[in-house]
Amino acid sequence: MRLSALHLPLALLCAPLLPGIINKVKAFFAGRTGPSVFQPYLDLLKLLQKGAVYSRTTTWVFRAGPIVALASTTAALVLLPLGGLPALLAFPGDLVLFAYVLALGRFFTVAAALDTGSAFEGMGASREVWFAALSEPALLLGLAAMAKQAGKLSLTSLYAALGPAVLLKPGGPALLLVAAALLIIFLAENSRIPFDDPNTHLELTMIHEVMVLDHSGPEFGLIQYAASLKLWALGALASGLLLPVRTGVPWLDLFAGFCGLFVVAMFTGVVESVMARLRLTRVSQLLAAAAAFSVLALMLVRSAP
Amino acid sequence: MGNILIAAGLLVLGGAAALFSGKNARRANFFGAGGALLGACVGLIPAVAALAGRPVHPLRLAWGLPIGSFSLALDPLSAFFVVPILGLCALAALYGTEYLLPYASRKSLGVPWFFFDLLAASMLMVVVARDSVLFLIVWEVMALSSYFLVTFEDERESVRQAGWTYLVATHLGTAFLILFFMLLARESGMTDLSVAPAMSARLASAAFVLALIGFGTKAGLIPMHVWLPEAHPAAPSHVSAVMSGVMIKTGIYGLMRALTLLGAPPAWWGWSLVGVGAVSGILGVLFALAQHDLKRLLAYHSVENVGIIALGLGVGMLGRTHGLPLVAMLGFGGALLHVLNHALFKGLLFFGAGSVLHGAGTRDMEHLGGLLKRMPWTGTCFLIGSAAICGLPPLNGFVSEFLIYLAAFLAVVQGQAAWGSVVIAALALIGGLALACFTKAFGVVFLGEPRGNDAAQAHECGAAMRLSMAVLAAGCLFVGLLGPVVLSWSAGAVGQLAALPSAESFDSWQIAIMPMYSVSAGAAVLLSLLLLTAVLRAWLLRGREIGRSLTWDCGYVAPGARMQYSASSFAQPITGLFSVFLRTRKRAAGPEGYFPGPATYATETPDVFREGLYRPVFEGALKAALRLRWIQHGRIQFYVLYIALTLLFLLVWRLGCG
Repeated sequence: MRLSALHLPLALLCAPLLPGIINKVKAFFAGRTGPSVFQPYLDLLKLLQKGAVYSRTTTWVFRAGPIVALASTTAALVLLPLGGLPALLAFPGDLVLFAYVLALGRFFTVAAALDTGSAFEGMGASREVWFAALSEPALLLGLAAMAKQAGKLSLTSLYAALGPAVLLKPGGPALLLVAAALLIIFLAENSRIPFDDPNTHLELTMIHEVMVLDHSGPEFGLIQYAASLKLWALGALASGLLLPVRTGVPWLDLFAGFCGLFVVAMFTGVVESVMARLRLTRVSQLLAAAAAFSVLALMLVRSAP
Repeated sequence: MGNILIAAGLLVLGGAAALFSGKNARRANFFGAGGALLGACVGLIPAVAALAGRPVHPLRLAWGLPIGSFSLALDPLSAFFVVPILGLCALAALYGTEYLLPYASRKSLGVPWFFFDLLAASMLMVVVARDSVLFLIVWEVMALSSYFLVTFEDERESVRQAGWTYLVATHLGTAFLILFFMLLARESGMTDLSVAPAMSARLASAAFVLALIGFGTKAGLIPMHVWLPEAHPAAPSHVSAVMSGVMIKTGIYGLMRALTLLGAPPAWWGWSLVGVGAVSGILGVLFALAQHDLKRLLAYHSVENVGIIALGLGVGMLGRTHGLPLVAMLGFGGALLHVLNHALFKGLLFFGAGSVLHGAGTRDMEHLGGLLKRMPWTGTCFLIGSAAICGLPPLNGFVSEFLIYLAAFLAVVQGQAAWGSVVIAALALIGGLALACFTKAFGVVFLGEPRGNDAAQAHECGAAMRLSMAVLAAGCLFVGLLGPVVLSWSAGAVGQLAALPSAESFDSWQIAIMPMYSVSAGAAVLLSLLLLTAVLRAWLLRGREIGRSLTWDCGYVAPGARMQYSASSFAQPITGLFSVFLRTRKRAAGPEGYFPGPATYATETPDVFREGLYRPVFEGALKAALRLRWIQHGRIQFYVLYIALTLLFLLVWRLGCG
């Protein structure tokens, strides 16, 4: 319990490192030095010191958007185990709550975007809900496959059980399919290439960035911070499966969890360096593929005795 | 039990007094709504007592009919339905006092109040009737009184059409129910519904299919749903709320009651409910996404939510079949709680849509927009209802969907991955699509800039309508935060459905819902984080410079309201992806020539089942009927001859067989 209280502050503290690492990797591939991995912290500090500008069209929903986005992502972290550290709150079925608090954040981000009455932000909002509708089944089916193999129903006990021993049992290797699905979902939900390009400044090609076009100052800072927390939350799901280090020594497991997250961030950087954005019509196919991976894994894994 | 009768009596009396109030709108309002409120208060007393575990004595009165009996009973299952029925009817009555007033100059309000109170009374009787003849009578009263409410604005052609569709569909459903009850009565030898007849497996399956079609028609399960998106938008909004929120649930009640009578379900019953539920849920929300009439969109969402309830029921039945009592209890519990939850948020959303219609004069979303500024109460309540119907924590929709999810995950872990994963996939897809649908509905109607003059001049509704919306919104939050409390009331009903011995049901249900305490804790954590972040934001912005300007449109200086994303464009990526099912029709006239004139673009998504399934069947029936037209020539001598010939035939037949 003492240890599980540690994960949340650590995540809140270290999450902005992830976009920093991604950018560093991208700079390396482009042959640049690139900004320091701590640059996101400096950006946040700067944003938090500014004032704000609001459109006259907007209402309180626009102001609520960043608040709900940050609060709901933090709530997801409360349910999230990392490495050997159990989550602060764990109970059978918490994986559903995890998916749905993230959906709450999405609902309000989309509503805030629509509140501006801008065609650009409406476009981003429309695409966001479209991708999310397809990635939700893939995520929950993937978690169901893991639950079936581990015989457990909460994220904490699920990830604690999925050590090398369980993964090498008959049916266990099929969970690699789930890992692939989780990585696709990680990229889609965090609006990374090949789904969305966080770097373009042409609003038509963006999804998440265009939805928050009108936010400014501290509120934009909250949104950026919430985005890095979401990278952390979904990244931990994927890395916990890809690097199943379960030594039983909490500090070692925690270290492994951190390494796993950094590996996922580097992987994202590599993907963003070597791939282009997919055409929008292809996105549904990739998300359907993720769902297909999850279903396939569900068929292949053996349920725990 | 006497209280239930008094409640029904008060409802009918109030309605009759309203009917005889003539043109006096205020008096009709007073009697109609007063009867409904008083009746609901009286009727809720025994229902709450029954939910608290106190047995309520059944009632059996003599009546003049040769068959059947007037027998009523209030077991936990009935009581669990009585609460939302009476609660929502009372709030709808309060809402109606204000909503109906603008019609008072053209119409008598006595008639709608009479039928409203009659509808409430008949729904109450449907769930307490314990005799099949009595059940069918009150079932028919319910269908007819709601028909007259649907056709309230009968000067409009579309409303009359909707009324006809409803009348035909409901009677087709009732025909299956008559067969169902006849089969039950044949097997048990009596019309009493409180004892389960001993039936062979084949007959029980036949009865199940009859009940599924008959009650499924009332509940609005696909493909028996075609009447629902026609009738619900046509009715006055408080009636739409009652019809969508609770009247279609009498179909669910009937299905549940049938399950308690038909004995242990074989696996294919559960599978068929899971299948019908998944199809209803997914297609319901897809059709909803394609609509741009706000009330029609909400009506399709009722199809979706009934689908979720059917998924829960299916999971419960499969859990029973496969000997997984925990799965069975959670599935049935989720279905039951979703009945209550849907009454709360769908009532709220229809009240909100009614307030929009009342204040802005249109329910076409493409002409609305920016209403949150003009109608802050309605907008905020509609937002709460939207988040609740998407199943988002910390609101009530999440609690019931969570129970069904948990049952499905448990099934997957315990070796029933096939149906467990179908349920998980369906619920997840429904959840994602519902989020798309309700960000569209709320965003396009209440946010941004008004897309037309009506919306720009919209006004907020009055105190009665606000109060009824606020109560429902508070109910959504209450169930979301205190789920276990509400769930413990359903212990008896879950025990009945899962066929547990009644002594055990309370304790095992308490164990089953242990995770729900953690869900409540999670909701509390979420709420406190929201509060904390809001304080953080306020603290960050304290004393800072706050600017106001136009929405940033990439340097374009004159953004107009018509440049906003519209309801159709918002949904287009998804409706395009699923166009195979939706068959959206487009009518476009693009700009042409060197000096293009105005261009138009319109889409319409008619119901695929109505167009593809029912239209050909009914057209065929009409053709067949026309063939027999030569019998009807209007000469009275021949009609007398028909009668005489029939009598002669019957006489010969009787003598020949006797």
